[in-house]
Amino acid sequence: MALVYVGKQGDFADRGRKVVARGELEIGVFRLDDQFYAYENRCPHVRGPVCQGRILARVEEVLNDDKTSRGQKWSECDTHIICPWHGWEFNLKTGRHPGNPHMRLRAFDVTVKDDEVYIVV
Amino acid sequence: MNIEAQPIRELAVQEITTKTDTRDILAHATKSIRDKRLDGWTLIDVDAHHSEMSSWSEIVEYLDDPIMLHHAREFRSRTGGAPGLSNHMPGIRYQDVGGRIRHQQKLDEPVDDQSVHRDVTLVRRSIEALGMDYQVLFPGNMLALGTHPQPRVEAQLAVAYNRWLCDKVLDQDDRIKSLLYLPLGEPDTCLRIIEEFAGRKGVLGFMVTSVRFAPVHHNCYIPIYRALEERELPIAFHAGPHWADEYTKQLDVFMSMHAISFVLCNMVHITNWIVHGIPERFPKLKPIWIESGLAWIPFMMQRLDNSYMMRPSEAPLLKKMPSDYMREMFYTGQPMETSNMALTEAALKAINADTQLLYASDWPHWDFNPPSMIYDLPFLTEQGKRNILGETAARLFKIPLKPRTAAVGA
Repeated sequence: MALVYVGKQGDFADRGRKVVARGELEIGVFRLDDQFYAYENRCPHVRGPVCQGRILARVEEVLNDDKTSRGQKWSECDTHIICPWHGWEFNLKTGRHPGNPHMRLRAFDVTVKDDEVYIVV
Repeated sequence: MNIEAQPIRELAVQEITTKTDTRDILAHATKSIRDKRLDGWTLIDVDAHHSEMSSWSEIVEYLDDPIMLHHAREFRSRTGGAPGLSNHMPGIRYQDVGGRIRHQQKLDEPVDDQSVHRDVTLVRRSIEALGMDYQVLFPGNMLALGTHPQPRVEAQLAVAYNRWLCDKVLDQDDRIKSLLYLPLGEPDTCLRIIEEFAGRKGVLGFMVTSVRFAPVHHNCYIPIYRALEERELPIAFHAGPHWADEYTKQLDVFMSMHAISFVLCNMVHITNWIVHGIPERFPKLKPIWIESGLAWIPFMMQRLDNSYMMRPSEAPLLKKMPSDYMREMFYTGQPMETSNMALTEAALKAINADTQLLYASDWPHWDFNPPSMIYDLPFLTEQGKRNILGETAARLFKIPLKPRTAAVGA
């Protein structure tokens, strides 16, 4: 295993990303709530470039106490990375699909040393 | 743990947007084709699309009817520049899932080549990125034209579109093909279209948009089927969305409507086609059922067989089981349902996929299938994959095969 330098912490805005390549392996590195997450840029569906997709909050449906629906809203805690090929969504912190936890992104560890961000490959 | 000295490379495209080049969006598909060495196979995409609405002002100039042309031109002066005469409903087109799927939203990438129509360049890019030898091109919003309240307008727009497509697109590149629009609302015009366009460069056959409320076995359409059979040209039924019939009006999100609508229309038409004996009347006419996926086919086979056995008097032209006729038809599998691979395998087996299934990408639509979706199916033989990805289409459309080379790991 090796540490691969991907940039300074300051290079990443909150909800920002860097999608990098090491040989044939493409990895997306994301910053969210001052934590870093890294995933292979390969959707488990049909290998779409998932890390190059849009980042949006999860959509939630709000139910009243009597189980009637009040409508939808943006989640305040869950953020998704969305594969641009077919719209498969994955929680940016867990790498899992919201409705099918068996479908998940391949994760890599991220280490921050002296303000420098590394992925463990 | 060592710190790797070699600097890492940042991808040129960090986020795919509507401005991203088709070749960058599909880079992973291109890599997959290269890794599998499928570039030596004959690869034919039987269903891809362009956005004809972006060329609408050009297309309507091909209208024969001077009054319709006047209306179409005047529409451009209205607020928002409405696409005159078209019946598509832009306000409820949710295909791009709220901008999550950018290539469905808009292909707004730079195009420098001014020597051909912009759509030719976009199609060339998708052909090359998907590794195709040929791509069969269809319109987008015009798939709803079969529900236009004015059949005369459907017919006139069909002729105009077909002429525009031949002149501006099909004539420009041998790799771009089409099955041209037949406006079933006016059978006489369908016959004139077949007469005018059969034999035109790039025209492989003709297409009926399945979103329409017309019994396809009606006597008024029989001359169309005869004309196509005589010319040995296939007829395609291209499914589409429709949110305004009594069933789909109950579905209030696009996902639900799409799941039902794209299948329901072809379920109705294939039922009429078989029960009223069109395959017996025109045994050499080859129908292609496009963009309804695969899962509906074994359901229909079982359902129709079961009913027919109890009620043969209602389908007296049949000489074999409905499923036997269905196994002789052609299908595109997109969007291929794969969440239960055992069911997917059963569906392919039910239709004799090795000889009847045609690869279709549906690019650039939101539920497109890259060629790897066929190639990666674990239960197909190499010859089966070759057939589905292009050789069956080559035989159907009388396109020469490429010289053979092997694939890696096939």
